[in-house]
Amino acid sequence: MRTLTVKGVRIDDTFAEAFGMRATALLITADTPRWARQAARTMTGFATSVIGCGCEAGVDYELSAKRTPDGRPGVRVLLFAVSTSELQKQLQARVAQCVLTSPGSACFAAIEGEEALRLGNALRYFGDGWQISKRFNERHFWRIPVMDGEFVCEATTGLTKKAVGGGNLLIVGRSTETTRAAAEAAVAAIAKIPDVIMPFPGGIVRSGSKVGSKYKGVPASTNDAFCPTLRGAVNTALDADSASVLEIVIDGLTSEAVAAAMRAGIGAVVELGPKRGATRITAGNYGGKLGPHHYHLRDLVP
Amino acid sequence: MKPLVLTLRQRPDQRLDLSPLVPSLLAGKTAAQIERIALQTTRCRVEVADIFRLTMGASEHVRIEGACDRLDHIGQGMSGGEIVVDGDVGIQAGRLMTAGRLTLRGDAGPWLASGMRGGTIELAGTAGDYLGGPLAGEMAGMRGGVVVVRGRAGERAGDRLRRGTIIIEGETGAYAGSRMIAGTLIVGGKGGPLPGYLMKRGTIVLGGGCSAMSPTFVDCGRHELLAMRLWAGLIQPYSKRAGSLLRRPLRRFAGDMAVLGKGEIFTGN
Repeated sequence: MRTLTVKGVRIDDTFAEAFGMRATALLITADTPRWARQAARTMTGFATSVIGCGCEAGVDYELSAKRTPDGRPGVRVLLFAVSTSELQKQLQARVAQCVLTSPGSACFAAIEGEEALRLGNALRYFGDGWQISKRFNERHFWRIPVMDGEFVCEATTGLTKKAVGGGNLLIVGRSTETTRAAAEAAVAAIAKIPDVIMPFPGGIVRSGSKVGSKYKGVPASTNDAFCPTLRGAVNTALDADSASVLEIVIDGLTSEAVAAAMRAGIGAVVELGPKRGATRITAGNYGGKLGPHHYHLRDLVP
Repeated sequence: MKPLVLTLRQRPDQRLDLSPLVPSLLAGKTAAQIERIALQTTRCRVEVADIFRLTMGASEHVRIEGACDRLDHIGQGMSGGEIVVDGDVGIQAGRLMTAGRLTLRGDAGPWLASGMRGGTIELAGTAGDYLGGPLAGEMAGMRGGVVVVRGRAGERAGDRLRRGTIIIEGETGAYAGSRMIAGTLIVGGKGGPLPGYLMKRGTIVLGGGCSAMSPTFVDCGRHELLAMRLWAGLIQPYSKRAGSLLRRPLRRFAGDMAVLGKGEIFTGN
């Protein structure tokens, strides 16, 4: 495989392969930034991978009180799923259990999409007849009486079919500490890019998977080619000095946003250098036949 | 873009129906065709040229200058564009309007915005009775759009309001929001007696309270509701006074318990 070396960090001439997804965005506000963050974090918990969680979700960015419809601090949350019906199901369940329940919260649409997903329109029944519908021009809200006042929720939010899931970077280093430092630097850089989330814990996944398994009925299993402890036993993708591999998975509302996020991530890893960070960056793909979106690392080197 | 200007020559001898003079009906017409449009409401025929001096311009911007209270149905059924009126207008201005903007720089007669469905009406002066209300036999009044009255409004403002927002910066007469089905009525000043009479759903805000509250409204306490704060932001571009009113703590009354009782009146005092 041809490689490119920038500031001592090897960048493989390969590509990340990603898939089209359905996505939506929400703005959650609360009386304080702490409680807006809390509602957002609760709602996006257990949403790391569509394989086991039904959707992938995360915090996009925080908004100051001046930039939200109700003049309170807010957090924008993105949700990704493989179908419109699954996205609707996850959105409804998560907002009902995690945002409606959070003290002082309110919930607004944060994307204009080609289709609408039910938000307040689905949750209003919690009001048991005391819910109030309010419209102003094109906007429609539901007011649901709750024990600390009212839960205000926009009736619908948008759905985009242009979303991309599965953009990724594999960060390889000589020790667990330096590899983690490089991955953390990449996460911090990608967090600044709008319209993308990194759904795994703290943005990082250590158990990258391959499709299929030797066991019947297991859809995905450990990515043995990147497991350092199996280096001698399998057809490895690692070098002799590789001790740790961490992956960053990126979902974005558009393909451009995913590319921008990967560029920012590569930039941060390169900037940290091989001594304090990673020695090599590569990406995961399935030979290019499964996903329509290909992100070649050589095009994304800053 | 230069507006199409109609200047009143003198006060007409009869009430006139100006409903043909909306942008969608004027589009594509020549000056001669416009001047021949009939406006009479009696057997005595009156054409535009008899009453107005016409200065041609873009038909989506109509200006009526020197208007008086005998000019009825201005902007009726308007579906886009803009009409600006200098002077008073008669009954049913902006009735059944679906889109566009109607700016009235004087006073308006009864049934302003009657049955309106969309668009924006701004009135600088006083509105007559039945603001947004239905005509006899109609099931619902205004059902969309925004009306802003800078002055006061007469009795039964927002009668049978179904959807949309009415903002009255001044006071209102008796029975504001009577028989409301839903929608929002915000009054900056004081309301007359029995606001929300037989209202089913919807929201009435009375900045200066009212002279007599119906006993069929029940006190739900003073609150600072997020929904009011959100609404303050939405209506701020239309009325700064109404926006600041909604940011204050408001006392909520639920009613009218004589009917469905899902409505609410907020008072600022």
